[in-house]
Formats: sequence, C-alpha cells, structure tokens
Amino acid sequence: MNVSVEVSSAASGPSSFPGLSKAAWQDVAAEGALGTANPHAVDLSADQLRSLYRLMALSRRVDRQAINLTRQGALGVFASSHGQEAAQVGSVFALEADDWLFPTYRETVGTFARGVDVVELLALFSGSWHCGFDPYKYRVAPLTTPLATQALHAVGLAMAAKIKHDPIVALTFFGDGAASEGDAHEALNMAGVYGAPVVFVVQNNGYAISVPYRLQTRASSIALRAAGVGIPGIRVDGNDVISVYGAVRTAVDRARRGDGPTLVEAVTYRLEAHTTADDTSRYRSDDEASEWRARDPVERFLGVLREGGVVDDAFLAEVEAEGEATAARMRDFLFDAPAGDPREMFDHVYAARTPQLEIERALLDQELRAADER
Amino acid sequence: MAGALNAALRDSMRDDDTVVVYGEDVGRLGGVFRITDGLQAEMGADRCFDTPVAEAGIAGTAIGMALYGLRPVVEMQFDGFSYPALNQVISHVAKYRNRTRGRVGLPMVIRIPYGGGIGAVEHHSESPEAYYAHTAGLTVVSPGTPADAYALLRASIAFDDPVIFLEPKRRYWLKEDLELPVTAPPIGEAIVRREGTTATVIAYGPMVTTALEAATRAVGESGWDLEVVDVRTLSPVDMDTLVASASKTGRALVVHEAVRFVGYGAEIAAELSERAFGYLAAPVLRVTGFDVPYPSAKIERHFLPDADRILDAVARLLEY
Ligand SMILES: Cc1ncc(C[n+]2csc(CCOP(=O)(O)OP(=O)(O)O)c2C)c(N)n1
Ligand SMILES: [Mg+2]
Repeated sequence: MNVSVEVSSAASGPSSFPGLSKAAWQDVAAEGALGTANPHAVDLSADQLRSLYRLMALSRRVDRQAINLTRQGALGVFASSHGQEAAQVGSVFALEADDWLFPTYRETVGTFARGVDVVELLALFSGSWHCGFDPYKYRVAPLTTPLATQALHAVGLAMAAKIKHDPIVALTFFGDGAASEGDAHEALNMAGVYGAPVVFVVQNNGYAISVPYRLQTRASSIALRAAGVGIPGIRVDGNDVISVYGAVRTAVDRARRGDGPTLVEAVTYRLEAHTTADDTSRYRSDDEASEWRARDPVERFLGVLREGGVVDDAFLAEVEAEGEATAARMRDFLFDAPAGDPREMFDHVYAARTPQLEIERALLDQELRAADER
Repeated sequence: MAGALNAALRDSMRDDDTVVVYGEDVGRLGGVFRITDGLQAEMGADRCFDTPVAEAGIAGTAIGMALYGLRPVVEMQFDGFSYPALNQVISHVAKYRNRTRGRVGLPMVIRIPYGGGIGAVEHHSESPEAYYAHTAGLTVVSPGTPADAYALLRASIAFDDPVIFLEPKRRYWLKEDLELPVTAPPIGEAIVRREGTTATVIAYGPMVTTALEAATRAVGESGWDLEVVDVRTLSPVDMDTLVASASKTGRALVVHEAVRFVGYGAEIAAELSERAFGYLAAPVLRVTGFDVPYPSAKIERHFLPDADRILDAVARLLEY
C-alpha cells in the first residue's frame, strides 16, 4: 500500500483571479487526490537489510526493558513504540550522518536507532534530566513533548542549512493527534514556502491517547494535507519497514537535492498503551489490537528476511545476545540511578548564574546542608 | 529611536554574517514601522526576508536556526499578535539551555513593538512584559532612549541567550543625535538617568520619557528633586541599582503602562520592601495602567500613566 498523493496544479496566483463580476469558481475535488499504490524498487543490500532488522529487534528489546523498568519504578513513565518499530527505524535509516532528527516522546526507539545512547536517551523518563544527551553530538534534538512544536524547529534548522548551503536534511516525527495542532500546519506551510529540506513523518497510529483518528480530522488521510500546502505527500504502510524506508528515502533524497519538503504518513498502530500510565480498555477493543498484532512489523520483516535467506540462526542469536546486553545495561544504569546534585538546577537557566539565582542557590545549599547534618 | 534600531540591525548584520532578520513584512516593506528598512536590499533576501503570517512558525523556526548556528532576529508585528508564539517561547526558547543541561543555548532575539499611546485599534497597544519576565530562562530587555535602543539591540543580538526585545513603539519617533556605534552599560545593568534626592522613580521602555518629564516638572512645580532609574533589562533585573537608589532617597515608586495586578511593578515593590526596608520612609507605590483590557484610542490617555499621575504618587509618598 505505497500510495502517493498527486498534487493537482490549480490555476491560481494573484494575477489569475477571475474578474469578480464574471462569477466563476473552481471546485477542489474532495478527497480525490490519493493515488493508487505503486510498487517501487528499494535499493538495500543484504548487509543493510540485516542492519535494519538488527535495529528493529534491538528497539523492541529496549522498549520492553523500558516498560519493565517503569513497572519497577526506575522510570517514572514511558511511551512505548511497540508496534511502531518499522515506522521509526525505517525512517531514520534513510538519514545520512550529518542529517538532523527532531523526535517526540514517542520516538525512543527511532532515536535509539539513530545512535543516541539508550541510557542518556531515557533520562527524560527516569527523571534525571529533561534531556540526557548532547544534541550536537548526535545531531538529534531533545525528545519533545509539547505536540508538533518540534516540527517548526526542524523547519528552522533546515532553512538555516539551506541559507548556509549545507546539503543536510532535517527529519521530524509527529503523531496523528499532533497533526491537528497549529504548529504542524505552520511547519508544513513554511517548509513549503522556503523549500526547506525537511521530511515530516507522521506516525498515524490511530489514536491520540484515547481519541481516535476520526475525531482528529474528517479527511481520510493526513498525507492529503501536503496538497494544501503545495508539497509532495506520501502515504505508506507504516508496519512495512521496506516501504517506510523507501518512501522516506525518496523524501530525504528530494530534500537533499534541493527540491524541498515531503510529508510522509506512515499508517501504524501502537500495540501498547499510550504510556505506562494509560488504560487502553477504556477506548479500544482487544480485537482491534489483535488484528494489528497479526501485522507486527518485526515479525513481518523477519519472515521476509528468512524467506529471502538474508538471515540465519547465528545472526539472529547474535542480535538477541546484543539485545540482552543492551537491556542489562539499561538495568545497570537506570535502576537506582542517582538523582544528581539538585544545585545544578540553577546552572543552566542562563549562560551564567544571575545574582538572583545565586541567592536561591545559596538558600537551597543551606537547606541541603542542614538536611545532611540531621 | 526607529533609526537607531534600524542602524543596530544593519551594523549587527554587517559585522556578523550569521545574523538573519525575518518576520511579517520585514523584507520588501521594511516592517510596518520601517525598523528593518533597507536591510533586504543591502543584505539580500537570504538574510532579511518575509514570512507567512505565522507567529509560532516565526519563533519556532528561529529555534531551529539558532540550533544550527545562526543568530535569528525575528519580529512580532505587534504586542497583541505575539501571543500565538507564546507556546514556542515559554516551552522552548526559555527552556532549551536548561533542558539540554547547558549544551544548547539559543542566541536569538524576538523583537516586539509594545505599549500604547499611538491611537491604535484593539490589540496594538499591549504591554506583555510580565508574561516574559515571569518565565525563567528569558532575558527581557526594553530600551527607553534612542541611544539605548541601538546599544541594547546590538548587545541582544550578540548575547548567548535568547532575548525578548520590547520596543516602546510610541517612542519610535523620539529623536536624539547619536554618534554610532553608541556604547552603553551591558544587558543586566540599570541606569540612573537623573540623580535626585526626594524619591526614586523606577521606569522602563516608554515610561522613561514620562518619568523624566515628571522629574523636570517637579523641579519647577514642587521643588522636588526626583531620581529616575531606567531598568533597561527587566529580567534578570539589576536589583542592586534599584535597591541602592531607593535606599538613598528613602522613597520609591515603579511606573509602567501594563496593568497593576501581578504586574512587573509588584515584583520590584516586593523586592525593595525586602531589601531596602530599613531605609524606606514609605511603602513602594505603583503607578500603572488600570486593571482593564487596553481601552480604545479616544480614552487611552486616561489609562496611561502620565507625569501628573507620577507626581500625584510622589506627593503620596511624601505624606508618610
Ligand atoms: C500541546 C500539547 N497538548 C496536549 C498534550 C498532551 N498529550 C500528550 S500525548 C497526546 C496525544 C498525542 O497523540 P499523537 O500526536 O497521535 O501521538 P501518539 O502519542 O499517538 O504517538 C496528548 C494530547 C501535549 N503533550 N502537548
Ligand atoms: Mg497517535
């Protein structure tokens, strides 16, 4: 189901406004613009296919470990990517080393697959610091919680890269719910206006917490919005990693060539609850989840790889061992992780501590010392 | 003052090619107040350009630009239209350095023409400084004179943290002979604009002119010798200078156009009462706009603090 949106060229522009006295108008075809699914050749070597699988399998293990750590109290909360591995990993796999990623709280595994250290990454959820990694080291922005806001940061960074003539691409994720935010629209529109090298990947997982897709929009697809801002749009099966990679790669290449942004809608499903604090039984049926479980992106990809003889048992055992090692590392560093020095809260508000912050820091310091003595 | 701001932008762009200027109508038109006049022609459309009408987009993209090593200077067309950008400002502009444990600072400036007194229609005369000053991580600057407009804007553009730069739009037409580049105390320092002994009048932005007018009139009308302190940087504020002045005169009032309730003056009054209590002969008074939505043009002069209202307050200070 690799579908592309055709952007029809409406004859408009200030010079072609019809004379008002003549009363003429053009109808926009309602919902007519989603093209049929076209097959595409995707160029991936056996090594790349194995890397892709490895990242998806490790992602799943990281996700499961994060959920467990939350149940054990080591993480305060966690937003699972279970079921969305193909959409996330397939997308970031299409990036080059110098490209930038702008993730949300949902993209723990996409960000992990991009190379961010998993312990640093989970600082947000463990509560040790809001962003535990160095964005410049990984060229990854902090996991962002205010919905859709990071899409504008991606556009700005892409605009800056274009001004500097750097051939890099910014990729940002957001959800079907976030797509309803004004910032999502402003980001799509501004990216279009400036031809910014951005790729927007909407993971349409059917829900914004409890609110289903049909209450976010009357449109049948979020990809259709691309037409409204004059940029290319693609709708893709988000549980098919090869299609996701192929679609996003097309978008990334287009952006790098200087041909501007693309909106990619990856249709997927979150198999776990919204976060570990959520209860899915209040808003969706087990049957629905079971249907999607049958389309599990990791299992599905493994089936394809086995059939093609791309992976063997030795490789799979290697990946599993690496997953266990990663999970062990998460347990080691996240369980009972120290809180850090609370005085640090004053250190990064501004480039230097202000006089008022010095006063407040001294006050806290006094409180902490008194507590130590007790 | 408009010319000084324009010169500051031009000189900053000439000195540093990472400085980019954008916003609604700032390119070809040169901004609705002409503050960016001629910049696109001189610097090119890559460095000074128009945007769609999208304030969150303007602020949000500036974050991405700063992340990538540019120094964006963006314009909100009017105070009353800066609110769509507040989510970006409060949730990200202010928090990015802290969020990233000091690794990512955002050198960027958001310029906002603010305040009333120009006979405008609704939404064009507001004073939103308290929203910004209330937000940890923002540096909030407002010049009161053309010289300071030049010096503080240049300093803001060169600053390593994000600056909300509030331009007192009714003073855009204020004239002063300047020899550029102007030098002035840095961001974070208040200035005693007029030394005096009777009482301290604390002002910023558009009210600096009003406070100085009151001080001038007081000499002839009452024989009072008022000290006028220009705050310049609303946050982080230079409390030491304010405390020193209030302690010296023993009486202080704060003046601003914004509403009184939970306004900027309330914070200054509270700090002065804590830190200069022993020196004060009277409570710190506030001379402010009333606690109403900004009124329409024909009655706005009754809302705005003027020299009379300041002098009345000084008289009350002296009754203690
Ligand atoms: C501006 C804003 N409003 C509300 C929230 C609270 N919230 C967190 S996640 C969420 C649902 C988002 O759904 P979607 O965009 O589909 O992403 P998903 O969680 O499904 O990945 C909401 C409403 C928020 N984080 N930010
Ligand atoms: Mg969703």
